[in-house]
Amino acid sequence: MKLRLHNVRLPLAHFALELDVEFTGQVAAVFGPSGAGKTSILDLIAGLRRAQSARIELDGEMLTDTAHGVFVPTRQRGIGYVPQDGALFPHLSVRHNLEYGAPRYAVGGGQSQFGHVVDVLEIGELVNRRPQSLSGGEKQRVALARALLSSPRLLLLDEPLAALDQPLKLKIMPYLQRVRDEFRVPMIYVTHNANEVMGLCDEVLVIEQGRQIRHGTPRDLFTVSDEPQFVLKNGL
Amino acid sequence: MSPEELQIVWFTARVAALSTVLILPVGVAVAWLLARRDWRGKSVIETLVALPLVMPPVATGLLLLKLLGRRGPLGGFLHEHFDCDIVFTWRGVVVAVAAMSFPLLVRAARIAFQEVNPRLEQIASTLGASFGRVFFTITLPLAARGIVAGALLAFSRALGEFGATILVAGNIPGKTQTISLSIYSLVQLGHDAAAFRLLIVSVAIAFVVVWCSELFYRRRDRA
Repeated sequence: MKLRLHNVRLPLAHFALELDVEFTGQVAAVFGPSGAGKTSILDLIAGLRRAQSARIELDGEMLTDTAHGVFVPTRQRGIGYVPQDGALFPHLSVRHNLEYGAPRYAVGGGQSQFGHVVDVLEIGELVNRRPQSLSGGEKQRVALARALLSSPRLLLLDEPLAALDQPLKLKIMPYLQRVRDEFRVPMIYVTHNANEVMGLCDEVLVIEQGRQIRHGTPRDLFTVSDEPQFVLKNGL
Repeated sequence: MSPEELQIVWFTARVAALSTVLILPVGVAVAWLLARRDWRGKSVIETLVALPLVMPPVATGLLLLKLLGRRGPLGGFLHEHFDCDIVFTWRGVVVAVAAMSFPLLVRAARIAFQEVNPRLEQIASTLGASFGRVFFTITLPLAARGIVAGALLAFSRALGEFGATILVAGNIPGKTQTISLSIYSLVQLGHDAAAFRLLIVSVAIAFVVVWCSELFYRRRDRA
């Protein structure tokens, strides 16, 4: 993955998001406290918000260039998005949620992409259920599968474990690692949990109040404090 | 009930249903625009849409009469080019009850659209869905209960409309006479028993429709 966010400026309620960064890792974390502007970064990449100024380029394709009036619509970006609450469509069954963004060839039977994703995330038994009947962890796995089935070239994950309790987090993390290793889809992973960064990511951008503080590998930026807890070296 | 009374009930139900069907697509579109888009002059449209709720119905009727009469700008045009008269015809009844029930539909549909989480629409677009697909597969189904409840309210309002109808369509037995107009005429003539029969039918229909509307609202809240 080569994702460039150049000269990004987006005024938010109490500060402006200002970025100039290039992601090259397979799974890049955007790390920072709540309200730092992390979700806004994902929204800009997905084309869900328009920046005051920005050049956003993914693998050589210009997605946003405010100076030249370039703005590729969200649906044409090929970027999957898994929000914090999963945002499953409540009026559709799990199967119909999964099929929503999947090309027709991916939905057939046998060893299709559909079956593969369902197997990897172990959601085969959920497909006939309604989203309201799923647990938090199941919802996240379905949301992840739905995004994967749209064959994205980049996957945006917005604190997918934040709403889950600790035992459930430990249960879901291996699924994220399997997705990373099995599908090789580049990911931007928003979190404020250092352990998740260490367990999943190979690059991390630390932001606070909309500004990038540090950028590097997790090993460079984090240290073990109280085993097995990781913390940011020198704090924020 | 006499055949005449049945004809009045049937006519009223048909014009109320037709007006509801006619205002539904426009009302849904206006409600969506008010709920989801910001534009210059939006507050003017909001106020215009709500006006029939607070204006005296006869005032609305007078405006429609001036607009749709043969000497009016729209009525004159329709008469000249399409040989189509609105005023003092069943079409006038449909237009009058549609104008009076439109705000109720828009109000309910707007709330229904506002209650749809925009994040769901955004996620649908990240999955490659076009604007139309997002609207028809996510927004509209999620707002449907509120819209149906609003349409039922609009229908019940149309059933009981009086002030605007009498100005635009008159009170012509067998032609433009609705339940409300008929009750008025019967009371004027001292035929209280017949008026009371129509009153009971009117209350029964309104009760069922409002009850259904409330049912939709309650189910929507539970969903």
